[in-house]
Amino acid sequence: MSHRPWHIAPLVALFTILIVVFLVARAKLVPETFGDLGFYRAQALDDVSELEISYAGMDACFDCHDDVFEEKSGSYHDGLSCEVCHGPSAKHVDEPDEFTPTAPRERGYCILCHGYNPSRPSGFPQILPEQHNPGKVCMSCHEPHNPLLPHTPEECSACHRDVANVKQVSHHATLECVTCHDVPDAHRTDPRNEHAEKPIDPSTCAKCHADGADSSEKIPRVDIEEHGGRYLCWDCHYPHYPESK
Amino acid sequence: MKSSEIKREQQVEQTPEIPSDATTETTPTMPRRQFLTGLIRKATAATVFLGSGGLWKSLFAQETNKYNPEDHDYAMAIDIDKCIGCGRCVDACKKENEVPQDAMHFRTWVERYVIPSEGETLVDSPNGGMDGFPEIDEDVDILRTFFVPKLCNHCANPPCVQVCPVGATFVSPDGVVLVDEDYCVGCRYCIQACPYGARYLHPEKHVAEKCTLCYHRITKGLVPACVEVCPTKARIFGEVGKKASPLRRFLRFKDISVLKPWLNTEPKVFYGGADGEVT
Repeated sequence: MSHRPWHIAPLVALFTILIVVFLVARAKLVPETFGDLGFYRAQALDDVSELEISYAGMDACFDCHDDVFEEKSGSYHDGLSCEVCHGPSAKHVDEPDEFTPTAPRERGYCILCHGYNPSRPSGFPQILPEQHNPGKVCMSCHEPHNPLLPHTPEECSACHRDVANVKQVSHHATLECVTCHDVPDAHRTDPRNEHAEKPIDPSTCAKCHADGADSSEKIPRVDIEEHGGRYLCWDCHYPHYPESK
Repeated sequence: MKSSEIKREQQVEQTPEIPSDATTETTPTMPRRQFLTGLIRKATAATVFLGSGGLWKSLFAQETNKYNPEDHDYAMAIDIDKCIGCGRCVDACKKENEVPQDAMHFRTWVERYVIPSEGETLVDSPNGGMDGFPEIDEDVDILRTFFVPKLCNHCANPPCVQVCPVGATFVSPDGVVLVDEDYCVGCRYCIQACPYGARYLHPEKHVAEKCTLCYHRITKGLVPACVEVCPTKARIFGEVGKKASPLRRFLRFKDISVLKPWLNTEPKVFYGGADGEVT
């Protein structure tokens, strides 16, 4: 009969206890759904998705306020969500009488979007708050749900403030926009569908800058045929600020 | 091929499947036996189907049609050419997600880039762009300037998830990087690891928080709060895999870039018309 290795017995017992302790601790400590979908608690997905919403979404507003829907559709504020101005209104949807959404009346709120800022994309309607009827509330002239202009803009700068700002400090300050742009009358009232034309060839610039042009002698002249080779004038010179490098 | 020929071929194919105990029977009886076994099988299946409530489920499919994260893969696109920097998205995000109302904690924020003719690009985001931007210094000779909204990029290969020691942050099956608030130990590793600075430690809860793409909204069929309020539709929310959606159209027609592509994080926030200076 071979000699039995009794001295291993305490070790086996110790390891068994350790493994049992580990298994029990693991069963106690690891959350229930951990590992179901990956190295995380699958229950967390439901926990996050069960959070309350604050913004109800525009469709919820129009379930009741169909008159505002009519007024807004087709206007410049068509796609603008109601809650941009009226604030988060999910509570109002649940209990219309308990909670009333806010309605900003102050001038500063409109200026958040429509105040002039050079970083804004060109063509976005912007005003200079200090010059544009200071002190007057925007709503006294503009209806926010259908913000038509109270009168047809006379100056291009009413909308193209960024271009006007640059042009007025350039050598082209005295030039009317229509000197170079062919602007249909309808562009003033329907700018999104009736576009102003841009020059398409150097002949527009040649009217003043060609060697034989009938214009002031102080205007710099070039040989339009030779100058710039195959490039167009505005490939190198910015027409609204021609002296820029 | 004539129909009779097809039948003959099928019979030939079926011959090897005849069980050995059936060899004594003649071949013409085979189809009848198969017909009967088939009938029994179908009857059993129908009984099981009805018994397990399959019919009930199929009749009232709408009620049992639970949101399945496996069916979605969310992403967002941002049109730099449309952003007016009004900061309504920042405001809406804070209100929707109860982000602390101070100038240190944001899930999304708007940066203003001012690229001068000479020198370094200036980037600022006072209070996340919520209250507008101050005038640009008159001495700066502006070459280009624009706004860039930022948020968690919901990377397909997120560094923040890799470093989390407890598995409290993860990529959900629908492609959103989320934080398990109950399981986070607040060690801040993920805040360090995020190359986009999109995470913060909640000052009271002491857990890491971040943009969830408004997971509680999108799972209910709504769009994220920032997308809902964006006045110029500069933010486009959608799914990568779904064709004929505004997101797919945007990805097809715009010059698309992602932030810090050299990190191989595979971001799922796509920028359209972004300047090379944007990082």
